[in-house]
Amino acid sequence: MSSASVVSAAAGAPSGAPVRGRFRDALRRHPTAIFGGTVLVLMVLSAIFAPWLGTTDPLALSPIRRLRPPGEQWWFGTDMLGRDVYSRVVYGSRVSLSVGLSVAILSSLIGLAIGLVTGFVRWIDAIVMRVMDGLMSIPSVLLAIALIALTEASLQNVIIAITITEVPRVVRLVRSLVLTLREQPYVEAAVASGTRIYLILWKHILPNTMAPLLVQATYICASAMITEAILSFIGAGTPPNIPSWGNVMAEARSLFQIAGYLIFFPGLFLSLTVLAVNLLGDGMRDALDPRLARRM
Amino acid sequence: MIYYVIKRLLATIPVMGVVALFVFSLLYLSPGDPAAVIAGDIATEEDIARIRASLGLDQPYLVRFGHWLYALSQGDLGTSIFTGLPVTHLIAQRVEPTIALTLFTLVISVAIAVPLGVVAASRAGGWIDRMVMAISVIGFSVPVFVLAYLLIGLFSIQLEWLPVQGYKSISEGFWPFIRHLILPSVALGIVYMALIARITRASMLDVLSQDYVRTAHAKGLAPSTVLVGHALKNAAVPVVTIIGIGVALLIGGVVVTETVFAIPGIGRLTVDAILRRDYPIIQGVTLLFSAVYVIVNLLVDLSYTLFDPRIRY
Repeated sequence: MSSASVVSAAAGAPSGAPVRGRFRDALRRHPTAIFGGTVLVLMVLSAIFAPWLGTTDPLALSPIRRLRPPGEQWWFGTDMLGRDVYSRVVYGSRVSLSVGLSVAILSSLIGLAIGLVTGFVRWIDAIVMRVMDGLMSIPSVLLAIALIALTEASLQNVIIAITITEVPRVVRLVRSLVLTLREQPYVEAAVASGTRIYLILWKHILPNTMAPLLVQATYICASAMITEAILSFIGAGTPPNIPSWGNVMAEARSLFQIAGYLIFFPGLFLSLTVLAVNLLGDGMRDALDPRLARRM
Repeated sequence: MIYYVIKRLLATIPVMGVVALFVFSLLYLSPGDPAAVIAGDIATEEDIARIRASLGLDQPYLVRFGHWLYALSQGDLGTSIFTGLPVTHLIAQRVEPTIALTLFTLVISVAIAVPLGVVAASRAGGWIDRMVMAISVIGFSVPVFVLAYLLIGLFSIQLEWLPVQGYKSISEGFWPFIRHLILPSVALGIVYMALIARITRASMLDVLSQDYVRTAHAKGLAPSTVLVGHALKNAAVPVVTIIGIGVALLIGGVVVTETVFAIPGIGRLTVDAILRRDYPIIQGVTLLFSAVYVIVNLLVDLSYTLFDPRIRY
């Protein structure tokens, strides 16, 4: 690590230039983050431009050409109903990416709001944290399953269920940040000079939670994509009429010995995307928190 | 110490209370009317109302929660809608394969990941270190079931070394039992191993830069003695903590792993229950797994004093 980045980190100056410099530094030290970013951009582009990427209708059935292996005509083969797996996989990226992104944004916003309040109001803290402890002691896949089971399968319900499992983790993070920040001299000074509490939150606390929250949101995005695939795979997720990577693999469950490609391609895309998001998160963590970077 | 144990035990009560309230609420909110199901197709409105009253379904929320808690204390988790059998009975039938799978995974994961983390930290920046870090990133990114199918494809279908699917009880022989557990455990354990190896490495790196480690080296102790006797012992608390927290990953993963490998355990029971919308089973399993998770982490908390005598309560 260069001494310059340590100094700028220690100073904690919220000016733009050193942060950007640190970002460039981190990218240089983490070529993997660049790889992650590139893969992610490609995935997003293919999700947006799915109809123009040589795909056909991902739902079109064609019983005559069932279970064709991958080849020139069907790049990733066809499934047991004759649907083109390549098209289904390309369209499937829309589901994974939108679930990952929505859950990351929603749980960050909700967790941030709850975390800020619990960090500052003692009596709410006691109650809310017990509830969060309770929710966190239910393993997240089971919690999501239990929530989905209550409602009918839809993309929206999948997003809500996974968001609920992720919120407690964000609350914990934000709360611990707030508890540290409120002891800082500049916050005490603001309190002493009679600044209103929402102004303190807005001006002093909120900006300092952003960096760790952004890193956390990246990891949430990755874990939400995996959870969505798991839920779809066991039949408690995205409805079967929407092609998602989890669904394509779920339908191939009984066929994997004769048509392994049905699992391989969506699995590869899913793993690559999650890997890309994780690598990006690692790079960001190192760029934003040089202290932690040396350890992990 | 005793005071601490009691305090820590009491602290789990509100947590399990929240879990219980949550699980009960799911049952309360679940669609469908159990009374109508029991009454059958030809029942009149009065019949259904009578059954509803006899089941206590017409009572207010908190009263029903009380009844439910009382039944729970008697070991009654309700009745499966689909099979009509008690949920505790169904879980008891399926518990053995799940315990075998999770324990086996836990043991091999810890046995592999902790030494890997120690070696990675002792040669930070070396090829073992880089390999461990790379594998752990991949471990975090490849979902359990994708990995499971890759392993089956390679070791069962291509090489034909291990069985594709299924479960053999230990009463059918030790070797078949182990052979059927190897692939599921590796698939299930990779994320867990990645997590443990990473934390072990990070915790060891912290400890290795301490003065007493330098002193130990300086007075001529064997490097392995310093590494295990001095460093690992002091690095143990975060490692044990993550072993406990990571159990949540194992529990979530069991549901998927049992589905892929056709293991007739609690995970498989859960998946079948989802497809049949058998709410009492889903809720029973959720409650059971959460309780196991809470107890494991309670034990982990209590074990800190073993690893670090400086921690006194």
